[in-house]
Amino acid sequence: MTELILDVHDLSIDYRTPRGQLKALRNVNMTIPKGKIVGIVGESGCGKSTLISAIINLMASNAEVSNGGVKFLQDELFELSKKQMQAIRGDKLSIVFQDPMTSLNPVVSIGDQMTDIQYRDKVSKKEKTAKAIKMLDRVGIPDPESRLAQFPHEFSGGMLQRIAIAMALLVEPDLLIADEPTTALDATLEVQIIYRLKELQASQGCSILFISHHLGVIAELCDEVVVMYSGEVVEKGSVRDIFHHASHPYTQKLLKCDPAAIKQKTKDLPTILGSLPDLIEVPKGCIFADRCDSASALCLEQKPKAVQINESHVANCHLLDEAGAMYA
Amino acid sequence: MPNLLEARDVRVRFRSKSVIKSLLERDADPFLDAVCGVSLNVQPGETFAIVGESGSGKTTLARAITGLVKAQEGSIRYQNKELIGLSDSQFRPLRRDIAMMFQDPIGSLSPRLTVEALITEPFKIHGVKVDDYAAEARRLLAMVGLPAHFASRYPFQLSGGQARRVGVARALALSPKLIVADEPTAGLDVSVQGEILNLLAKLQSELGLSLLIITHNLSVVRHISDRMGIMYLGRFVEQGNTDEIFEQAKHPYTQALLSANHDPDPDAHSERIELQGEVPSLLQRPMGCEFHTRCPNAKDICRNKVPDMFSSSTGHEASCHFIDNI
Repeated sequence: MTELILDVHDLSIDYRTPRGQLKALRNVNMTIPKGKIVGIVGESGCGKSTLISAIINLMASNAEVSNGGVKFLQDELFELSKKQMQAIRGDKLSIVFQDPMTSLNPVVSIGDQMTDIQYRDKVSKKEKTAKAIKMLDRVGIPDPESRLAQFPHEFSGGMLQRIAIAMALLVEPDLLIADEPTTALDATLEVQIIYRLKELQASQGCSILFISHHLGVIAELCDEVVVMYSGEVVEKGSVRDIFHHASHPYTQKLLKCDPAAIKQKTKDLPTILGSLPDLIEVPKGCIFADRCDSASALCLEQKPKAVQINESHVANCHLLDEAGAMYA
Repeated sequence: MPNLLEARDVRVRFRSKSVIKSLLERDADPFLDAVCGVSLNVQPGETFAIVGESGSGKTTLARAITGLVKAQEGSIRYQNKELIGLSDSQFRPLRRDIAMMFQDPIGSLSPRLTVEALITEPFKIHGVKVDDYAAEARRLLAMVGLPAHFASRYPFQLSGGQARRVGVARALALSPKLIVADEPTAGLDVSVQGEILNLLAKLQSELGLSLLIITHNLSVVRHISDRMGIMYLGRFVEQGNTDEIFEQAKHPYTQALLSANHDPDPDAHSERIELQGEVPSLLQRPMGCEFHTRCPNAKDICRNKVPDMFSSSTGHEASCHFIDNI
């Protein structure tokens, strides 16, 4: 059994809203093995952000954990005190946010920000600066020594995101969460970031939780993939399981929708008809039933169980028999 | 076929220093060129895509075509009428023909107007007589595939895809001949993106519209556009038929962009071209070929000499010193 860095078990999170409890996450199970890159795929409203906020234990004030928990290394995160949690965040667990322009402090120089986050280390300022320079060099910032005195506005978006990655990895975390780190960047810069991230992950041996709606990036970077839809994990497996043998109808449709996957030029692009279900009155059957082409009466009535297709590949669908084959 | 829109050597310059500062510093050229000598044609019923990264001048070019920023040099002719140099009041009647869809779907709708008011606003602005605004709103909503009861909603009650559809309805209100769409699918999920693009394609074939689409999403461009131009630092480095460019890109920048376009398949490890360095500042354009600072095959000649624009009989153009044949 491989060592697990993160184990999200049966996690359910509700938001209190004026209309009632909004069930944003329902019985989510996912794990991140040591040294692996796990990607989460899903469209807006699938619960990606709620899941991240639960993992870093910084949930919105109206959020309530109604079931399950998150185990990080040895600790059950929701049982920790605020102080214990703070000791984990930014040390064993760090995060790169979507927008590099707003995740760095605009009035503090890059050098100061990079030495400040090493506040736990009992070493001289000089050594901290040296470490910062080394890290900037590794993410490919030219002439890092002179760059330390500069402020975020003096860098381009691609450089800022690389600086943010350098900062997140400076503390040598066990788990790095990358929340859509390339969405705000252009295609050629995206390639740069992905390569840097992969190199650094390989050399530090940390695990990465990578969130993106860009399927091509997930396919390239990740070892394992978790597919979420409307607050549930509908399918998970190795990157090849998901991209070559997608078994849940939602995953199949999502993959078909990506224009990059369509080889033949067409002016009639595939879409997923219908809209997301209401999460206050959650449908009692399969969450994807009303948008699924092969839904039957059973799908509308009963929640599908998780079907183990192979060692790593799991999908929640009534159409799969026990061996994981699709009923025709 | 005569071109609907014809742009020749369009140049849009922005002042980068104040008049006094440039006088004090004796700076002969206190301007930066956001769009620097761009030429393109759009034929009736055609989709032309402008592709490029942030800061390459795509949006400025679109705004120059719709008269929202003034181009200083060159010519933009719409149905043989010169647009550059027109005053705002002279331009206004042309906006019935040339509609613009802005980038941010929700931000481009006034938060205090209902959908009905938003999509019938163009009639009021252009003084077009309409007997029944509500009926007109229903007609436009039906065209873009929204239910009629959406007429009473406000922008904050719309999802990104719905707001986009309202944007399309607004652009269609005055039956334009050309729609300039700035990143029509930015920020939308792939499934919704398909809906919007299918809608545009359907309306195009029904109404014979021409589309000028600005985007950085190459996989979208391949499916929806007939021709495309790739911008870098305010210039087209390559343009031509979309199929031809995807098959045989000539410019190293286009090749890098195409290779950066991930195929969603873990085993398809295509030859990825990783460009080094950053996009240069428009204030300090590189000498010679402007792409040489990031080009993987840059030679001495690239650093010193500006490459010519080579063109083929099919209208495929590219500017690079190392194009053997085109």
